[in-house]
Amino acid sequence: MSDLRELYQEVILDHNKRPRNFHKLEGANRTAEGYNPLCGDQITVSLRLEDDVIKDISFQGSGCAISKASASLMTTSVKGKTQAEAEVLFDRVHTMLTGERDTTVDPHELGKLAVLSGVCEFPARVKCASLAWHTLRAALKGDGGAVLTE
Amino acid sequence: MRHSMYDSAVAKWDVRHPSFDVRRMREDFPILRQKVHDKPLVYLDNAATTQKPRSVIDATSRYYLAENANVHRGIHTLSEKATQAYEDARDTVRRFLNARDTREIVFVRGTTEAINLVAQSYGRTFLTAGDEIVISAMEHHSNIVPWQMLCEQMGARLRVIPFNYDGELLLDEYEKLLNERTKFVSVVHVSNALGTINPIKQIIEMAHRRNVPVLVDGAQAVAHMTVDVQELECDFYAFSGHKLFGPTGIGILYGKADLLERMPPYQGGGDMISAVTFEKTHYNTLPYKFEAGTPDIAGVIGLGVAIDYLSEIGLDAITAYEHELLAYATDALSAIKGVRIIGTAREKAGVLSFVLDGIHAHDIGTILDHEGIAIRAGHHCAMPVMQRFGVPATARASLAFYNTKEEVDALIRAIHKVIEVFG
Repeated sequence: MSDLRELYQEVILDHNKRPRNFHKLEGANRTAEGYNPLCGDQITVSLRLEDDVIKDISFQGSGCAISKASASLMTTSVKGKTQAEAEVLFDRVHTMLTGERDTTVDPHELGKLAVLSGVCEFPARVKCASLAWHTLRAALKGDGGAVLTE
Repeated sequence: MRHSMYDSAVAKWDVRHPSFDVRRMREDFPILRQKVHDKPLVYLDNAATTQKPRSVIDATSRYYLAENANVHRGIHTLSEKATQAYEDARDTVRRFLNARDTREIVFVRGTTEAINLVAQSYGRTFLTAGDEIVISAMEHHSNIVPWQMLCEQMGARLRVIPFNYDGELLLDEYEKLLNERTKFVSVVHVSNALGTINPIKQIIEMAHRRNVPVLVDGAQAVAHMTVDVQELECDFYAFSGHKLFGPTGIGILYGKADLLERMPPYQGGGDMISAVTFEKTHYNTLPYKFEAGTPDIAGVIGLGVAIDYLSEIGLDAITAYEHELLAYATDALSAIKGVRIIGTAREKAGVLSFVLDGIHAHDIGTILDHEGIAIRAGHHCAMPVMQRFGVPATARASLAFYNTKEEVDALIRAIHKVIEVFG
């Protein structure tokens, strides 16, 4: 049960139960949709981008606890960040999720996002955690396309 | 499913079927002995694929160890042996389905290829713009997409038989869909997502009254019940070997000989011809016309052995045992607060699809896996079914004859654990 607890940490269970920024975003100027065809997870990420800064962000959709908590945590951590800062965070999270632990990611830099580190022990669930981040990236690029994790 | 309290269901079973020795039969499946996450493996993903008895594994390895040669090119001894084993397996399949003639048994890669073969070969020959194809709302994607592709190619239209909230097809709606434009019906025998056993004989009769041919997708049926294609009078019947305790990569298309005769080949190549010049090719006779290229010989031999194995146990005994096990599992699962079973048809086989209040199927799957229990979590390649019930995904436990009451108990305990984790 120990590594299960590592996956389903209290913070994750909390964000799953009470997702933050989980609503439609008024005044959004960037939106992207993400799908995980394997499990049917679906997410919409909306941004209000002003002068290169993510002024506001929200998400909607349905998915498992991991994908929902990851999306919720993502919105809280990129709000107020510049595009470039969000990109850096994307790379760090990606590195953490895919288990390249010997790299230079400092858990302190990730803040709350570090609770997702247990996911890399569950290869089938990595896509659940990364879906929101890929969708955020698509929204920032502003190409309006849909993201598939497959 | 109408059943009594589960304890009495099992007690009844012990009295009525003393000869069904599941413990002994499990010994035939080496893979079932292992542990997963330090817990005994409880394999409840049989609708995805079934495990293989040692006799099947031995037969395929024996073929490669001692008999490997190409078929139908027999000048030498090994090739003659391989051809004999290959054609013997075809007759085994014929007997299994009670088909009239081995010419009606075509070896394909699986159910998916069988349906694509019929859609392309029959469909492109006999359908025209404006024609209609009827399928049901509980089809696997493999019995939807090939017909959509055909519709695009021919300008035909797909019509869909709806089902009720228990997951039973609405036959009066089906009757209304049938008209002079209907040129083909393709329906699943047992639903992989819901477990519903469809009244396939009646569905075939209704189509035949209008001279419309019917394909039955039997992928989820053949491991659970006796199928007699002459009794059903179906025009085509498709299934996969790997869901029948046989190897992956081999499947069967049964087709009535007179229909197969009128259909052009699906693929061109070796073995499907009788003579080739650059001006003209003469196609081979049935069933070889539809078997281009070197087939999966080891797969065919393995499938034959799997059918022999099942026949020895007896499908009627398997049906009865699984029926009791499903009733037991349904009662136990329904008793858990927050569980909703998806698919509650009166006639069901092998499948328990369910959702838990506020907990996604994927999370259920991960936690069950940690208890050694293998189930499927997702849309089961039947996204329209999920949409119909308004759920993104379900958890699905699917049974085979080697599953036990104790394994169902382990599943129930693990679901309680899931609820505990999510508080």
